[in-house]
Amino acid sequence: MTEKNINCKHMTALCEKLNEYESYRKFIIYKDKVLALGNDSLEKTIAIAVALCLVCAVLVSFAAVALKPLQIDNKAADMKKNILDVAGLLEVGANINTAFAEKIEAKIVDLETGAYVENINADEYDQRKAAKDPAQSVAIPKDKDIAHIRVKAKYAKVFLVKEGGQLKSIILPMHGYGLWSTLYGFLSLEADGQTVQSINFYDQQETPGLGGEVVNPNWRALWKGKKVYAETEQHSADKGSIAEASIGEPALSLIKGAVDNTRPGSQYQVDGLAGATLTSTGVTNLVRYWMGDEGFAPYLKKVRTVQGS
Amino acid sequence: MSAILNDSILNDETKKVLTAPLVNDNPITLQVLGICSALAVTSQMSTSLIMALALTLVTAFSSAAISAIRNHIPSSIRIIVQMTIIASLVIVVDQVLKAFAYDVSKQLSVFVGLIITNCIVMGRAEGYAMKNPPLESFMDGIGNGLGYSLILVIVAFFRETLGSGKLLGIEVFKLTKDGGWYDPNGLMLLPPSAFFIIGLIIWGVRQWKPAQVEKVEFKIMSISHGEGGHH
Repeated sequence: MTEKNINCKHMTALCEKLNEYESYRKFIIYKDKVLALGNDSLEKTIAIAVALCLVCAVLVSFAAVALKPLQIDNKAADMKKNILDVAGLLEVGANINTAFAEKIEAKIVDLETGAYVENINADEYDQRKAAKDPAQSVAIPKDKDIAHIRVKAKYAKVFLVKEGGQLKSIILPMHGYGLWSTLYGFLSLEADGQTVQSINFYDQQETPGLGGEVVNPNWRALWKGKKVYAETEQHSADKGSIAEASIGEPALSLIKGAVDNTRPGSQYQVDGLAGATLTSTGVTNLVRYWMGDEGFAPYLKKVRTVQGS
Repeated sequence: MSAILNDSILNDETKKVLTAPLVNDNPITLQVLGICSALAVTSQMSTSLIMALALTLVTAFSSAAISAIRNHIPSSIRIIVQMTIIASLVIVVDQVLKAFAYDVSKQLSVFVGLIITNCIVMGRAEGYAMKNPPLESFMDGIGNGLGYSLILVIVAFFRETLGSGKLLGIEVFKLTKDGGWYDPNGLMLLPPSAFFIIGLIIWGVRQWKPAQVEKVEFKIMSISHGEGGHH
């Protein structure tokens, strides 16, 4: 039986080619045999399940593998776009990759000492991946974990913008828990390590229109010129400020309602998001965490001494 | 539309399965299926449109595939077979979105994956595709997908315009916070508002087509008839 050729009805050329292989002929004969079985026989049930899984697995893996390069490019381009955006260098129509390569320099920072780490390739380092790897991350003590992230990578990837050899801005990654999701974003500071240039969140799942307004350009514009570290003692404001700050500690916070710019301390305050108290609290906490001693405070101290000398 | 439908290419059955789910047999308003994603993705028109397109394609192709092998599906693993086909198609759609519409896929996040559990897809597979030939099943999938899309677009229209003063991201009402006149209704951006809008749509459709009103399963006794009000 297996020696006999299968009758070719469709795609004759392909069918005749396949007919030369004995395993193909065996397969066709087995297929016909199984399909003729009753639907509820054990053999047919198993054969159909196996065949279906094979077909679906091939389909899914083909889609995943074939589209992978495009997806990786999208992700990388999106990240670069966000970094350019927070640095205020995003131009409409400009090529993101060349603009990024020209203007931005990635550096790896040891969060504990605040020093640059030179033996890691900054372009290949992925801080989010590193945070998940026990060898490259540290657990955060519960009382210090105000951003509710539990672990952090030992090394952080920061981005520097230089103009004519002069440091112009420092872009720091931060993340922390809001209401529904972990918000991932960047804070861009001027070379003094104290004045905010801009903030943006590139990955968040907060309620659209409420907490999701963290991406609103109008709200983000409110951050420009705000100061991160307290220069004088800051007391808990009457309008729902989260915590006071001593001199040198991060004081930046979101308050309920609009900031009155004439009041002392308003340089550390940003309007809270209307209808999104928990997201606002989350943003304050994550900014305070990453600007604090657990985050970039040692690094920014070093930057300031270098700039000052 | 009617010119295409009167064309002899589509026979009566195909015509029926394509148009009936739009109003008369709408999966959301009549069958009340697929509500969960209708709540989740309708705060913006752009996400609703992509979600509607994704669901329509998944329903159509899964119905066609299931219908093509319907005579050989062992009844004991029937549901698993349907789910495997649906899940594979959903993963493919998700991958395609991530590759070609990255921003939208970021907004839709888990909801594309959740098409797998959307009752409409399973409902059409089990209710129609298991008993009908592939072409009709495909059209039935398209029709039900369009019925779902129609409701999603209506809900998204109200939620985005009233909730953020925009439509497809373009400003239609100038908001007070930008110096305009419109104070957005924050409730419209939260999932419950979709419940209210869908409820109003169902009410409207059933006023227009009283045949859709379900028969009461039991009658609540009124006080005036009741003799056992006080003991």
